[in-house]
Amino acid sequence: MTDPQNPARTDREIPSTLNTLYRELILDHYRKPRNKRALDDATHAITMNNPLCGDVIELLLRVEDGRIAEACFLGRGCSISQASASMLTGRVRNKTPEEVLELSKKFTQLLHGDESLLSDSDLGDLRALAGVSKFPVRIKCALLGWNCLDELTEGEVLPAESP
Amino acid sequence: METNQSENQVSISDSQAIEEALNESTNPDFQVIRDQFPILRRNINGHPLVYLDSAASSQKPLRVLERIDRYLREQHANVHRGVHSLSIEATDAYEEARNTIAVHVGAADSSEIVFTRGTTESINLVASSWGDTFVKEGDEIILTKMEHHSNIVPWQILAERTGARLNYVDVTADGRLDMNDLDRLLERRPKLVSFTHVSNGMGTLNPVIDIVERAHAVGALTLIDGAQAAPHLQINVEELGCDFYAFSAHKMCGPTGVGALWGRRDLFEIMPPYQSGGEMISEVTLEGSRWAEVPHKFEAGTPNISGVVGFGEAVQFLNDVGLDTIAVHENSLKKYALERLTAVEGLTLYGPREERTSVFSFTYGDIHPHDLSTILDQNGIAIRAGHHCNQPLMDHFGISATARASFYLYNTHNEVDALCEGLQMAAKVFGGIA
Ligand SMILES: Cc1ncc(COP(=O)(O)O)c(C=O)c1O
Repeated sequence: MTDPQNPARTDREIPSTLNTLYRELILDHYRKPRNKRALDDATHAITMNNPLCGDVIELLLRVEDGRIAEACFLGRGCSISQASASMLTGRVRNKTPEEVLELSKKFTQLLHGDESLLSDSDLGDLRALAGVSKFPVRIKCALLGWNCLDELTEGEVLPAESP
Repeated sequence: METNQSENQVSISDSQAIEEALNESTNPDFQVIRDQFPILRRNINGHPLVYLDSAASSQKPLRVLERIDRYLREQHANVHRGVHSLSIEATDAYEEARNTIAVHVGAADSSEIVFTRGTTESINLVASSWGDTFVKEGDEIILTKMEHHSNIVPWQILAERTGARLNYVDVTADGRLDMNDLDRLLERRPKLVSFTHVSNGMGTLNPVIDIVERAHAVGALTLIDGAQAAPHLQINVEELGCDFYAFSAHKMCGPTGVGALWGRRDLFEIMPPYQSGGEMISEVTLEGSRWAEVPHKFEAGTPNISGVVGFGEAVQFLNDVGLDTIAVHENSLKKYALERLTAVEGLTLYGPREERTSVFSFTYGDIHPHDLSTILDQNGIAIRAGHHCNQPLMDHFGISATARASFYLYNTHNEVDALCEGLQMAAKVFGGIA
């Protein structure tokens, strides 16, 4: 029997697949998201949602001289979508649209199980999300913020100066 | 909606009932039922499957699988078309299922049962056929804030087509319909009140007879979405007094892709066909056509014959087990699950404590329902996470998603325990709950 008064008390071992999915870094970004706020002087903004689950992310960028000077996000969703968006805002700073697209491609490959990218320093913290590859239905969650980014860059909206 | 409520103390007689039901593992009657569902012997991610998603779709007993198999192996031909023996046999099997289902829901006549693809199509049928004929600009239709999208969207589209207006009955904080709000909206003399018997989002059991009476008192017709009720309750459309009743086979131990619409014969008579083609006409000339009799005029094209035959078998299965027996078992599970879940620290349960079925929607601390579902799945436990096609209801509670565990006749008290242990595992993965 379980002890309802002690939520985290279970003798059962956490399965290793879960440990590789829910790394501490991810939970940290989920509970203490970075750059999760409105950006008053944003030059670009886009909102996307996952109609399946209702997760929503609004990505806000301030672009200066063809580079992302600042990235913020708003929204709600699961630990994977929120942590991924939080990490995104850190990784895309000072990047050009081309560099951002390249990063987004690499990240997508990582989520699809390309282990060679585990040593890619450009991905940085994002590599903590590699465990998502074992949970194909959750890949969409990890990509939600990145879909916003792709939409902005591929739509060639990014290089423009004002919204 | 209360968090961590523990006032649901079980009385002595309740605990005796629980004690008995807890002996599921040794109760031969229960094992016979559970053994009918071969899928429940599966392992998922290294754990015995704990299937708590029957509100989305139920599992199928062997005799339904075997009946469909036998139909396809031995009896299949097209229905209502041939003079040959096999076609007659297939037609008999198809119409027998209609009869079984008609009797099961207390219809006056089997012609009051129209086979559809499921609840969604049943509601669409009424919205198109009845709606396009009888709903005019400025007319009003009442829905509720706890409807499944399939009892919202067809009416929104009808409203767009016709200029009709939709009003939604409010939901109380504990997840029941606000009957005063209903009365207020009824003063506007709507044409139709279309509402769910049991909420798929919260398990609320609505006072359907009362609602039907109030609607009829102002001259409105009533459609009941029975998708979540028909699997668990003995339905009698005469007693309910409604005008239409929609339900799906796949949630009541039958196959997917088939369901039914019960409707009052006099309404079916004056409603035009829904789709058109073969099967639904009595005569076609190049100048025009005459419709077939009710119910065939609503069943254009070759129907899902094997599905309908399986549907009939599923209903017979439920009758043989006995809906009252099922209710006793489910009530015991429900009490036990309520007791265990409300004792979990940090768990918020949505929906009422009384007048409910064993569908439990909840959130758990700051662990998102998706994460909860992934973690439970790694322990073999299947629950649903998301908005459950209930976005207006989620908005009402200011949330985007819940985790939903739903129980059926084959579930056990041990599976309630497994769910609670899974929740502890989730708390452990997240390093406690916040
Ligand atoms: C209350 C309710 N209405 C309608 C539906 C739609 O049923 P179906 O998908 O079988 O057409 C469901 C199924 O999820 C439901 O729970």
